[in-house]
Amino acid sequence: MTTGHLHLGVALDGAGRHPAAWRSPHARPAELFDPRYWVELARTAERGLLDFVRLDDSLGSPSTRIPGRLDAVSVAARLAPATGSIGLIPTATTTHTEPFHVSTSIATLDHVSRGRAGWWPQPSRTAAEARHFGRKPVASAGELSDEQAEFVDVVGRLWDSWEDDAIIRDVATSRFLDRKKLHYVDFEGTYFDVRGPSITPRPPQGRPVIAITVDGPDTLEIAARFADVLFVDASGPDEARRLRERAHAIAEGNGRDPGELRVLAEITVYLAATDSDARRERGLLDARSDVPVPNGLSFTGTPEALADRLAGWYVGGAVDGFTLIPGVLPYDLDRIVEDLVPILRERGLARAAYTADTLRGHLGLPLPANRYART
Amino acid sequence: MPQPNSPRPNNSQPNSPQPNSPHTKSPYRPRSPGHPTRRIHLAAHFPGVNSTTVWSDPRSGSQIDFDSFEHLARTAERGRFDFFFLAEGQRLREHHGRIFELDVAGRPDALTVLAALAAITDRIGLAATATATYNEPYELARKIASLDHLSAGRAAWNVVTSPDAWTGENFRRGGFLPREERYERAIEFVEAARTLWDSWAPDAHVADAEGGVFAAPGAGRFDYHGRHFAIDGRFTVPRGPQGRPVLIQAGDSTDGREFGAAHADVIFSRHGEYEAGRAFYADMKGRAARHGRSPDELKILPAVTAVIGATAEQAQEKAAWIRRQQVSPQNAIQFLEQVWGRDLSDLDPDGPLPDFDPITDGTSIARGRVRTGGDPLELARSWRELAAAKGGLSLREVVIEVAARQTFIGTAEHVADRMEVHVRDGASDGFILVPHLTPTGLDEFVDQVVPILQERGVFRSEYEGTTLREHLHLPAPRPAGTHRTDVAV
Repeated sequence: MTTGHLHLGVALDGAGRHPAAWRSPHARPAELFDPRYWVELARTAERGLLDFVRLDDSLGSPSTRIPGRLDAVSVAARLAPATGSIGLIPTATTTHTEPFHVSTSIATLDHVSRGRAGWWPQPSRTAAEARHFGRKPVASAGELSDEQAEFVDVVGRLWDSWEDDAIIRDVATSRFLDRKKLHYVDFEGTYFDVRGPSITPRPPQGRPVIAITVDGPDTLEIAARFADVLFVDASGPDEARRLRERAHAIAEGNGRDPGELRVLAEITVYLAATDSDARRERGLLDARSDVPVPNGLSFTGTPEALADRLAGWYVGGAVDGFTLIPGVLPYDLDRIVEDLVPILRERGLARAAYTADTLRGHLGLPLPANRYART
Repeated sequence: MPQPNSPRPNNSQPNSPQPNSPHTKSPYRPRSPGHPTRRIHLAAHFPGVNSTTVWSDPRSGSQIDFDSFEHLARTAERGRFDFFFLAEGQRLREHHGRIFELDVAGRPDALTVLAALAAITDRIGLAATATATYNEPYELARKIASLDHLSAGRAAWNVVTSPDAWTGENFRRGGFLPREERYERAIEFVEAARTLWDSWAPDAHVADAEGGVFAAPGAGRFDYHGRHFAIDGRFTVPRGPQGRPVLIQAGDSTDGREFGAAHADVIFSRHGEYEAGRAFYADMKGRAARHGRSPDELKILPAVTAVIGATAEQAQEKAAWIRRQQVSPQNAIQFLEQVWGRDLSDLDPDGPLPDFDPITDGTSIARGRVRTGGDPLELARSWRELAAAKGGLSLREVVIEVAARQTFIGTAEHVADRMEVHVRDGASDGFILVPHLTPTGLDEFVDQVVPILQERGVFRSEYEGTTLREHLHLPAPRPAGTHRTDVAV
């Protein structure tokens, strides 16, 4: 687990993570709703042989300054035919949406990308989002997490509700389907009941990769039960290692193989050729921002120093890899792909070529067994 | 399986004159003097999930692999079609309380497939069906607006309603909406969606880095309060290239027609036959006028099927063969069971219709189909008459007659003639082609009929515009804030 390649994904959102990123001379704020912008970013990430791109989303405004963002699942689908190997992990939210619709849209993303889909389920925590729907008031953090867990659970069941060989095309009996291979999920939860089966045949990966953000004990529990990928925001390698060990223990307690979890630390990165350049650019950004820079681990410096940092965490067994969040897009993504990845590759920590064509393949995860299959 | 009384791409009455028949001398001559040339609009319906689709043919490909969608969308774009259309379903169909096995089933989420198709096509419109019953305006309007951006102005939404509690078992609310309120909610849904699409002025995405202004103040602010929705806040997708995505509507009830005439840009009609088409067309254009709209603002496009042969005889033979593929012996029995309301598995499909009457206790053994009702006793009586009039048709032959007739059958010239006549005479503004094969079912039409229509100057040889609104010759939507919200229900 501490040998071989570390797993590396990159977060694509707006003009980058920094609140003033869109005002950087390196940013393209006029193109944030243009598909060509997103295709270019995804192709850059794919050129770097990364495991995946992650697409953030919510049902509210991404920030007070940039109040616009396209639907992430739709962007991911638009990127699928424009790329060939890289995984696509969009957000679809779990509070005001329907599990049935989310299950089919992510399954469809897996079909159109031929096995490269992931899903990053996130609750909608704000009152503003609740008002966009007008159906229920904003719930407590505990309820939002409980609902997220139910949501993820039922979506996984819906993906399994078609066995892989449910379509038989048996001309002799005039049957297209074998109904014995289709399953009502009959999920009865606190927040919704769902009968099933899905309307969408089982996706190519069986179940697309589920990635869950760990930001407390509740979400650690949910992630360890349901997620393939855990996005952790740790202050350092020791905290990351503790989270990873706890996740493994919870997974084992729930009958899962801990070896099938991928714990990835999030780091926002501001890169430049020299330390002083990186600090100066970062300072310019901070000075242009009229809102606080968000919390979370960040790195400002050279690609070499970042490579040292990542290697230290990884070789020490703290994490399985990283989600790098470019401070400014496309600039910091270019630095990751052109400068950081070659250094990691030289050290044997990044792949020299894609060896799989599915996201599960990149992450070293097996195809999941269907919970309803009787054989 | 065929569905009694359901919207189908053909409505030929067995005993009525058939102007489509290649054996009948057409009484309507194309391009007669005094008629200005009218341009035909064409759309392609992905075959997918219905009884029109023949899966038993060796050429039949996957209904779910992206390759199939890619082939059909590229073929339609090669034919310079206006748009590519996807239906939806929110629950697998059932028969006798069990999942129905005989027809193609298993489809993708329409909007997600269309976003992917936007990557491999350049001009063709991309139309998704989505229910106004089990969606919410903010989420759906956002996805459709996103598709409009991701396709550079090619998005359309076919708004439908899902009235039954049976479908609702897959959703948070269950069957929450009484049937009579489904259009009321749909109308509010469309109004709310338009409010959201209009919430960014065309120039509100400023992106002025120097001045520190990304969006105009108030961009995205909205407030919509109705009986079914009370929402306000900030919409996060700037106005799309089309201003507003194209709205398609398919309902055929009085409520449905009023809704379409008041709100829709395109009507997905089930009246593909000449006389029925003219009546529907006149009715809808009249309703549009009563809503203060120009008739040209509403395009009437019926779903049709076309069977093309080298000769008229060959086309007829091919059409008959396709109908037999569409209605297998098992399909014929299950079709009858929907009307008779009981198990008929003992019957011989090649024997006569049952001599006993249907059960009329009002229950349905088929779930998940669009039905418009109809008295089973009356249907049984008319079918027995039909069987007798045609010289003693078998049970299966009757089902083929009533459920599987194609709209246009003949040589490519003949099909082009008929289409030109229908549009010239006000039976439609064009057609939504429903192929019987996935994914190659449109190839012949595009290769053989489209060039004739182009040669005659009644169909585009190249796209003139880039957006679907431009293809459909629809006016640009009124600027934000000025659209009507008063609706006659």
